[in-house]
Amino acid sequence: MDFENKKATRQSYGEALVELGKENKDVVVLDADLAGATKTNMFAKEFPKRFFDMGIAEQDMVATAAGFSTCGKIPFASTFAVFATGRAYDQIRNSICYPNLNVKICATHCGITVGEDGATHQMLEDINLMRGLPNMTVISPADDVEARWAVKEAAKVNGPVYIRFGRAATPVIHETDGKLELGKAIQFGEGTDATVFATGIMVAEALKAKEELEKEGINIRVVDIHTIKPIDSEMIIKCAKETKKLISIEEHSIIGGLGSAVAEVLVENCPAKLTRMGIKDTFGKSGNASELLKYFGLTSKEIIEEVKK
Amino acid sequence: MIDSVELQNLQEKAKNIRKNIIEVVYNAASGHPGGSLSIADILSVLYFKELNIDVNNPKDENRDRVVLSKGHCAPALYSALAEKGFLPKEDLKTVRKLNSYLQGHPDMKHTNGVDMTSGSLGQGLSIANGMALAGKLDNKDYRVYCICGDGEIQEGQIWEAAMSSSHYKLDNICVIVDNNNLQIDGSVDNVMNPYPIDKKFESFGFNVVVIDGHNINEIIDAFEKARQTKGKPTAIIARTTKGKGVSYMENQAGWHGKAPKEEEYKIAMEELGM
Repeated sequence: MDFENKKATRQSYGEALVELGKENKDVVVLDADLAGATKTNMFAKEFPKRFFDMGIAEQDMVATAAGFSTCGKIPFASTFAVFATGRAYDQIRNSICYPNLNVKICATHCGITVGEDGATHQMLEDINLMRGLPNMTVISPADDVEARWAVKEAAKVNGPVYIRFGRAATPVIHETDGKLELGKAIQFGEGTDATVFATGIMVAEALKAKEELEKEGINIRVVDIHTIKPIDSEMIIKCAKETKKLISIEEHSIIGGLGSAVAEVLVENCPAKLTRMGIKDTFGKSGNASELLKYFGLTSKEIIEEVKK
Repeated sequence: MIDSVELQNLQEKAKNIRKNIIEVVYNAASGHPGGSLSIADILSVLYFKELNIDVNNPKDENRDRVVLSKGHCAPALYSALAEKGFLPKEDLKTVRKLNSYLQGHPDMKHTNGVDMTSGSLGQGLSIANGMALAGKLDNKDYRVYCICGDGEIQEGQIWEAAMSSSHYKLDNICVIVDNNNLQIDGSVDNVMNPYPIDKKFESFGFNVVVIDGHNINEIIDAFEKARQTKGKPTAIIARTTKGKGVSYMENQAGWHGKAPKEEEYKIAMEELGM
């Protein structure tokens, strides 16, 4: 796999929105003064009448999106994940999820790879917040292909969807979106020494680890969980039965995110030990993205060490 | 101006809405009578004169919309909807009860005529703006009415939304502030002073009309002014009396969220002409 072919999923989001806008005239896009960073400015340029900058007012933006949806529009509301899911949580809960409205919350700048801006802008609890909401679908794309697919797929779901995009360029791991299906995880390899359940940009790190370990005769499989909710229980149970060791990894807090979702499936179906890799109940900090991934132990190196333990 | 027959009819509808409110809250043994009674006259004019709505086609995409941003006044909304024929009057006795479709706060998914779910304060105007923007985008001429409490406007989001209504020149938006001067902890100016409400909306770019919220003619006139105002949204500041129509509830913060007991219920219904 060519890990040097990279693209940021926020860029994929911006491009996919333009394509979607051409196909579906009901799509409207809202942003909160971050259109250049979230890449919704591409949609704004192409469809100025269907783009609404709501200023630095995330609560208003999210609730306005709810109003749009009651009139048959398909609103995509975007800002950084920390503001989208944190500041506007009550609006998402009460005005979107409870009435099950067709609003897409597409957040960029998730996790520590936001980098230099530091803890206030590095959202590590968004999966936790969004997956706890009834009616909400949660997608965490791993690369460009999954990100584009997620945008199109979200438009097909008649209800709230949360999609988590990143700031930093990340390896493109898929050639096509042919195998992608909502709620179905993707298994890479048949190894039985360990399963690494990964989501978002951690999928590429897990795949790097898989290649390295193969050279030493250790065969693992990587399970790319792009849909965190609904989670692919069947795949998790299958891997728990077929492999000796289970690890989850996410660029998110180990509380309430992918690791917790996998653990919930395991304890109810086939109790097994799971090692949760991720941010260990702490806030992020300033630094560049790759330094931070090393600092927090979220690279292929730490995955390899964990598999060998 | 309207003729005396129509005036009498709208006053009669307001009285029926008030009776329904008392029935709802009494049967539920909980709920919010004070702020429900204060908007009864406004709802009477909205549902029986102003709104372009069709009981037989509650989801008509060209209909006018109402967002009850102060969702705890669901008893008033349900009462007006029942009076209009959107739901059977006998169902009002099931409000707040397990398995009733009539939830403690409005639920758009299960109640005909409810255009938006509400309950968490401060969100309604943003939602109304979304509806109004969608209308502009599709060149539809429906109007969107948003009813807020005067305590509710302490929520910062109301002012984010007010900025948006004005920024996008949403002349199809009409906000009604039910200025009954009371909230749970006391009078609004003592708890967290929102005054001057009219000047605040004016400075946010609204056309502002201040009225007696129990005077049918003034309410009709205000909606007319709102419709004729182009290029900016309208805010109607309706001076009202919390608990209006039931003597012992009037101007009492304690009746914000409390149900009458049997004796109190009888007195209320007598006063409302039962």
